[in-house]
Amino acid sequence: MLPVENVTQPFTQLPAVSLISQSRPSGFIIHVTPWSLTNQQADAVSPTPAIMVVNSVHWFRKCLRLHDNPALQEALNGADTVRCVYILDPWFAGAANVGINRWRFLLEALEDLDNSLKKLNSRLFVVRGQPTEVFPRLFKEWNVTRLTFEYDPEPYGKERDGAIIKMAQEFGVEAVIRNSHTLYNLDRIIEMNNNSPPLTFKRFQTIVSRLELPRRPLPPITRQQMDKCHTQIGENHDLLYSIPSLEELGFRTEDLSPAVWRGGESEALDRLNKHLDKKVWVANLEHPRVNTCSLYASPTGLSPYLRFGCLSCRVLYYNLRELYMKLRKRCSPPLSLFGQLLWREFFYTAATNNPNFDRMEGNPICVQIPWDQNPEALAKWAEGRTGFPWIDAIMTQLRQEGWIHHLARHAVACFLTRGDLWISWESGMKVFEELLLDADWSVNAGSWMWLSCSAFFQQFFHCYCPVGFGRRTDPSGDYIRRYIPILKDYPNRYIYEPWNAPESLQKAANCVVGVDYPKPMINHAEGSRLNIERMKQVYQQLSHYRGLSLLASVPTIQEEAEPPMTDESQTSSGPGRRRPD
Amino acid sequence: MKRGLQGNEQEDGGGTSGGCQKTLKRSRKQRRENDLEEEGARWECLPQEILLHIFQYLPLLDRAYASQVCRGWNQAFHMPELWRCFEFELNQPASSYLKATHPDLIKQIIKRHSNHLQYVSFKVDSSRESAEAACDILSQLVNCSLKTLGLISTARPSFMELPKSHFISALTVVFVNSKSLSSLKIDDTPVDDPSLKVLVANNSDTLKLLKMSSCPHVSPAGILCVADQCHGLRELALNYHLLSDELLIALSSEKHVHLDHLRIDVVSENPGQQFHTIKKSSWDAMVRHSPKFNLVMYFFLYEDEFGPFFRDEIPVTHLYFGRSVSKDVLGRVGLTCPRLVELVVCANGLRPLDEELIRIAQRCTQLSAIGLGECEVSCSAFVEFVKMCGDRLTQLSIMEEVLVPDHRYGLDDIHWEVSKHLGRVWFPDMMPTW
Repeated sequence: MLPVENVTQPFTQLPAVSLISQSRPSGFIIHVTPWSLTNQQADAVSPTPAIMVVNSVHWFRKCLRLHDNPALQEALNGADTVRCVYILDPWFAGAANVGINRWRFLLEALEDLDNSLKKLNSRLFVVRGQPTEVFPRLFKEWNVTRLTFEYDPEPYGKERDGAIIKMAQEFGVEAVIRNSHTLYNLDRIIEMNNNSPPLTFKRFQTIVSRLELPRRPLPPITRQQMDKCHTQIGENHDLLYSIPSLEELGFRTEDLSPAVWRGGESEALDRLNKHLDKKVWVANLEHPRVNTCSLYASPTGLSPYLRFGCLSCRVLYYNLRELYMKLRKRCSPPLSLFGQLLWREFFYTAATNNPNFDRMEGNPICVQIPWDQNPEALAKWAEGRTGFPWIDAIMTQLRQEGWIHHLARHAVACFLTRGDLWISWESGMKVFEELLLDADWSVNAGSWMWLSCSAFFQQFFHCYCPVGFGRRTDPSGDYIRRYIPILKDYPNRYIYEPWNAPESLQKAANCVVGVDYPKPMINHAEGSRLNIERMKQVYQQLSHYRGLSLLASVPTIQEEAEPPMTDESQTSSGPGRRRPD
Repeated sequence: MKRGLQGNEQEDGGGTSGGCQKTLKRSRKQRRENDLEEEGARWECLPQEILLHIFQYLPLLDRAYASQVCRGWNQAFHMPELWRCFEFELNQPASSYLKATHPDLIKQIIKRHSNHLQYVSFKVDSSRESAEAACDILSQLVNCSLKTLGLISTARPSFMELPKSHFISALTVVFVNSKSLSSLKIDDTPVDDPSLKVLVANNSDTLKLLKMSSCPHVSPAGILCVADQCHGLRELALNYHLLSDELLIALSSEKHVHLDHLRIDVVSENPGQQFHTIKKSSWDAMVRHSPKFNLVMYFFLYEDEFGPFFRDEIPVTHLYFGRSVSKDVLGRVGLTCPRLVELVVCANGLRPLDEELIRIAQRCTQLSAIGLGECEVSCSAFVEFVKMCGDRLTQLSIMEEVLVPDHRYGLDDIHWEVSKHLGRVWFPDMMPTW
């Protein structure tokens, strides 16, 4: 483990640094470009000696795509050979908290990359092992002089990458990193907020509205570009560098149903077009009110593709923006158009400098709540055996398909934590990490903290009832019938609370509660009564509030109290005052 | 060292901070003349009162470390003043993330300080062992004259898992020995009527606060006994099934002090449960007797169980609906709750609450806080509502999905309109959309 100062240095906002290592023969210049969102290209790259051959390696991690991939463009830029690698450790696969759907999505994305690279007369090199052991080997074997990869803003990623950069320096390899996973330069956002990440979404939006637009996406790499750095593919390529199968990673695939969400860049771009078409058809660029249909996996859903980087967030951003401007003929769209993208950005910003972001202990932004430890209850929740059909159906869909609607997420997260079971959000986060296709580390942890009212100054009074909320979202009960087929003969009146149905009805429906379907594991009224009291106790201690108001127990954050920043949608009658700079 | 001792001797007579300061100055002056050996003298001359004052700022663990430094500091550590308040944290590693008070420390406290304890609370996790440990400690507090006792479950109520007699006998040790209990928090415990009688028999003159929500073994008669005898009672929290007209009359009797607040939890055990009604005259008596009292009511009922509620005027000030509540009931709230200060609605349904909100703005002239969860209100009606009571609203917590855009306002501009009438920047509460 490297000392922190060595690892994090490249990621400060210093101008491009040129380091000449002592052990290097003269003439080699190791260059580390800090990730930068400005339009300056790698002009800070020092000129390399004319006789030097440039052998590039592009390291795919997230950003599994050939479009809008600035780091990959850098790999190709003036290179003699280019090899695209993905590093994967099959031994580690079994230990990691990653379920079969996520692996399958990833493997499909890698296959898609490989196919796309084949069309450009190249291939994807999937190298088995860990980066720290793989790279020294590859550097030597391929005479690598340049290593490129996309900047990873997550704390674990920064640490890992710092070590790799240092290693690259030692081997005389130039490391070029570019930011393309987030819309903006996250450190800039933090800087504009008095050097701390915004802790309310509105504050975040305010700051973002003062930034210039995200950098425009780059086009996909072309055959011409690749031809200039054509790399011979060995005959044993498939032997050494093939994409592993699910079986090789230790999964059983006999009963595996086909994937609902197909991984890969091609699928992502296809969906993007359909997504935009749908928006035009609906002629509605506002938040759609949720209805039953939204609960099912949508053929135009994009979140898993954003997470794996199969779809560039900037491509989505600019497509939405241009569509809006075309349809509405207004100068600029409101920030609410980019809701999904900005939430993602918000959590990435909050997490980037906080290695403890995914836990309660030692996390400066997380409220310390005395959650219960109850493995049995947690298992029932995770496996969809709570006895509440709404919760069980959602968890079943999650396990089978890898995606659930965000309101469904709110429902199950509330049930597990502050609503009913009073179990720590960390446990829920880990289950989502395993099962949910679009669970980024930052977004998953941040959302769980938000939904459990552990951070971000949320009010805790609104509790999602595991019966009522489901019934209001899908009165027909079809969602339940689809994912919990044993309940399909229950009438709408009782399908959300089968334990209340008279025995005769239960028998007629061939599903007796307690026998064929579990009894409800908790009394919701009693549970929520207890829990609201617990949350109040915790928050009153935090805010030193001694009064009777439930709402006033939650402290308000300083940033809200500041005078408002100018907002694009502000009319002249708004109370905006410009903050003195 | 000798000079240090001299310093102390001079000190003992005075004992005031002023005296010590003079000694300090002298010590410092001496130090300039002498070598560093004399440094120790400065610390030893700190009088006990100063040490006590400093120690009171230190968390327990740091204080414990400090007590290991020398005999003088060890003595200070054990001064009674430092042991007036204590919070026993009883957690098992298998059921909680929290740390627990060390068993040795607990033994020490019982041995040396039980008669100093006055303000005590127990925080227990969801395991039975923790609740048992709490009872164990309680039974040993024989020489205690507690003023405050709090039994707090931080997760599931583990006190309820104990055999009732075991719990009661431990609790009554405190009731009998304290004789000056002023504040008692025993929510979610198996306390019963006879033990309340013991409480009253020994502490009726001093009892000011009693919180006993969700104590299923207590009957209305049991709590009535408390109200009848404890005339100093200012704060009371209980479940609705314990509330009776007689109780309210007792709390409004001439002998009784003004009540500060009454908190009532209305919880449904089974669907279709019938709830008794309280006469308007009883509430009127309460208001006459304690005009400023706050009535806090938390409802956890099915929608169709609200029949007996909000038919007559009720002096409720803080209202929380923890499950979905119908449009009809919210309409009745506007008509029957003139003293309403805070209204929090967890959920309502998919029909807009426009009329009901406007009515509440008109009739509930004291309303200063409102929270709406899973409800629907049209943007125009919401703006209307804020226009009417914006100047008195200190808390406005509306989930984003509540506001339904209409011909006049869209989601992007409503917050400016509302901010205008509120006099400060306002946004609805948001939830992440993944």
